[in-house]
Amino acid sequence: MGSVKVFGPAMSTAVSRVMACLLEKEMPFQLLPIHLPKAQHKSPDFLKLQPFGQVPAFQDGDGTTLFESRAICRYICDQFAGQGNRSLLGPEGGGAADRARVDQWVEAEAHSFNPPSSALVFQLVFAPSMRLKQDPAAIRENEAKLRKVLGVYERRLAESRFLAGNEFSLADLATDKAELLTSRKNVARWWEDISARPSWKKVLDMRGAPPA
Amino acid sequence: MVVKVYGKAQAVCPQRVMHCLMEKGVPFELVHVDIDTMEHKRPEFLQKQPFGQVPYIVDGDLELFESRAIVRYLAAKYADRGPNLLGRTPEERAKVEQWLDVEAINYNPWAFPIVFNLLVLPIRGLPANEAEAGAAVDKLNKVLEVYEKQLSKTKYLAGDEFTLADLTHIPATRYIVENCGLSHLLDDKKHVKAWWEDITARPAWKKLSSFVETGGSNYSP
Repeated sequence: MGSVKVFGPAMSTAVSRVMACLLEKEMPFQLLPIHLPKAQHKSPDFLKLQPFGQVPAFQDGDGTTLFESRAICRYICDQFAGQGNRSLLGPEGGGAADRARVDQWVEAEAHSFNPPSSALVFQLVFAPSMRLKQDPAAIRENEAKLRKVLGVYERRLAESRFLAGNEFSLADLATDKAELLTSRKNVARWWEDISARPSWKKVLDMRGAPPA
Repeated sequence: MVVKVYGKAQAVCPQRVMHCLMEKGVPFELVHVDIDTMEHKRPEFLQKQPFGQVPYIVDGDLELFESRAIVRYLAAKYADRGPNLLGRTPEERAKVEQWLDVEAINYNPWAFPIVFNLLVLPIRGLPANEAEAGAAVDKLNKVLEVYEKQLSKTKYLAGDEFTLADLTHIPATRYIVENCGLSHLLDDKKHVKAWWEDITARPAWKKLSSFVETGGSNYSP
């Protein structure tokens, strides 16, 4: 049986999501870096793994290949249900309703949180470092959207320790870029909690490591 | 107690949920939410759906939002009824989840501005952002080119059976094809077109379309 492989740069939030999940599940894996500036993600070989040319791609020990970071995480949770963190998709031994209570927050993260936060991270962090022109209208628009979403998160996290309930779950996994999040009391508390997890610290270590 | 779906019948996301309920033969009541008068942004609604969006459902003790979370729940709860919508093994399920997320992350961000600008805003008598719609059409076309490759290998997106991964595409794509004058996006893609004709011929989808057209509020199989 081969090893579990994750393809993509550690700096990518989506790649980090998969790595953090594997770390939570105590699954060893290999990270195979994909060099985005060299358009490696658009190479014919990579497109065989991920036809949209996006990172991450994933390969299981038995050769199953998958893409879409949240789908990969769900597969990891189902396939390796008995090991590591067993409550990423709801309480261990829970039913469809328990899983759904997590799913609704995973979807909310994907549809409401991720788009404006990724856009802002791109504008505020990556564009300057890539010497691309920032778009002030996009910054204003996404700041306004993110402010609304963080308002919802703030109210939610006043009644619940983590997004889906009192246990850390897939919905909290790989929330990236703390500089956007620390201005609200409950969101700041939640961010401190989730970023102190050993799995996230290990992801940050892997980002800091020199490229292979 | 019957499942209650809170939303507006013409809206894409409630249709996704109602279609799934009909595929599974599960009775429900549609409770109308008046989007036009901003009912979904009022405090009572925000207690149930904090992002101010439709739909949410109430199934006994369970209240749930996000249509793609709801359809996963229904497909799991009613796994023993109607078509298998989630795959039969972890590997099959993984493919269903993969293509469900493709719809959410790669398809919907282009489908939404097309429907919003070319259908919703004109109905409200408001000016549309033509440039935004045009850019979205180009992006959606590129995504559909990838779908064309996949559907030349498998009959449905996740394999050889209809699953949630196909179902979640239908409501928005229907509006794009039938109401936004964009059927040509599918016409030059042989396998996408065949897939589209197949999935929209499903009895449950036809039932849902007629339910919406006739202003239905209660469904029993």
